[in-house]
Amino acid sequence: MQDFGQAFSLAFQLLWTADADLMEIIGLSLRVSLTAMAVSCAIALPVGAALGMSRFRGRGAAIILLNALMGLPPVVVGLCVYLMLSRAGPMGELGLLYTPTAMIIAQSILITPIIAALSRQVIEDLHSEYAEQFRSMCVPVHTAVGALLWDARYSLLTVALAGFGRAVAEVGAVIIVGGNIAHLTRVMTTAIALETSKGDLALALALGMVLLLIALAVNAVVMALRMTATRYAYA
Amino acid sequence: MLDATARYEGGDVAGTQAREEPAVLPCEVRGLCFEAGGDLIIDNVDLTLGSTGITVVMGPNGAGKSILVRLLHGMLEPSAGDISWGGRGLCEETRRRQAMVFQTPVLLRRSVEANIAFALRLHGENGQVRCVRILDEAGLAEKAGQPARLLSGGERQRLAIARALAADPEVLFLDEATASLDPASVQAIEEVVQSARDRSVKIIFITHDIGQARRLADDVVFMHRGRIVERAPAGKFFDNPSSREASDYLAGRIVL
Repeated sequence: MQDFGQAFSLAFQLLWTADADLMEIIGLSLRVSLTAMAVSCAIALPVGAALGMSRFRGRGAAIILLNALMGLPPVVVGLCVYLMLSRAGPMGELGLLYTPTAMIIAQSILITPIIAALSRQVIEDLHSEYAEQFRSMCVPVHTAVGALLWDARYSLLTVALAGFGRAVAEVGAVIIVGGNIAHLTRVMTTAIALETSKGDLALALALGMVLLLIALAVNAVVMALRMTATRYAYA
Repeated sequence: MLDATARYEGGDVAGTQAREEPAVLPCEVRGLCFEAGGDLIIDNVDLTLGSTGITVVMGPNGAGKSILVRLLHGMLEPSAGDISWGGRGLCEETRRRQAMVFQTPVLLRRSVEANIAFALRLHGENGQVRCVRILDEAGLAEKAGQPARLLSGGERQRLAIARALAADPEVLFLDEATASLDPASVQAIEEVVQSARDRSVKIIFITHDIGQARRLADDVVFMHRGRIVERAPAGKFFDNPSSREASDYLAGRIVL
């Protein structure tokens, strides 16, 4: 118990003094996960909008598949990306394995279905409200997609933040494709796993606290967005 | 079938705008049927709509008024029959020169001004001046920056009508647009509708409100069980309806 208290004390000290290693790890974590979120949004939002608006044979199956992909096991994604990027893999020549780019790819694959599935639901709900009016106004499809994405922006931002939360807290995929290399691919979750196994609880706890703070901040932002949207009747 | 619209077609109305495209009116409907779930909702309707004036569509609930208007506007595919606008079929170009306002206004989750701007952009306009003028005419200039969803029921409907008119349509369909609004809001909307009629916009107005129909109608289409049972100039319809169904309806009796 004394060790536990000591670890907490050290953890606060690391945070208070803005320890260089700690800051580097936090910075890389945020850079990787925010980039993955941006990449995923660029792919998933149009896919979600298209699925939410369109009616075609097999749409139900596509939605079931997309929803199922939300539960993709990170280690399986990590393994697949590893096989793609390893020397013998189809993208081995790019030399991306054990780089932050590989981690961004893995996290993007992991959260794209989450953002696509949730945005599909958001867009579908709004589209069912707008559809008759849009049909009456002869709104072209691309204009309708743009209008739906814009008008659902607060809900979609919440969706994006949910994806970011998933990405930043993920460990299985990034440890496989990133290799947890110090000063190169070490992020918060992989560092926590490593430091815990080494018995260096202070750094692990400090990183854990930062992760919790990020989760708290993400939830606070989501709540603030919802309240803003509701207050201004844009929700 | 009586074509009460004939009396409007000859006369020019002040404020008529010259249009380069061929007119979409008159509208000719022949043998129109619409079937859903094995029921014939619209049953062999023939109808001619002239170029100007307000045609009020009346009838008891379930008569098929809203379905008829949706068919005319091309939002539903008829099971049988023909609809022609200006001698042509119901194409996208024709539909873009029509507008529709629903009983429950569907407003974008944007400001009042942005709702008008959206309709203007659809027709290739970005005019801020026009946007301000449209809001001014609708009595919503002071609310331009407000979220549309925070407007009162009457204001929301006025915005929906203003947005529909922003597209400068030749035909405006209103499907019970004043249902469940207070008298002041109804009056404000009727003024907007009459102003549109004065600008030569053909209005097709569904209502259950007999007083409103008397105030607005130039001619009346009375429907019952998917059929047009009477079509007459407003004065004749209200003073001396020729069908039993219309007489019962106007007298407040149950229409069987």
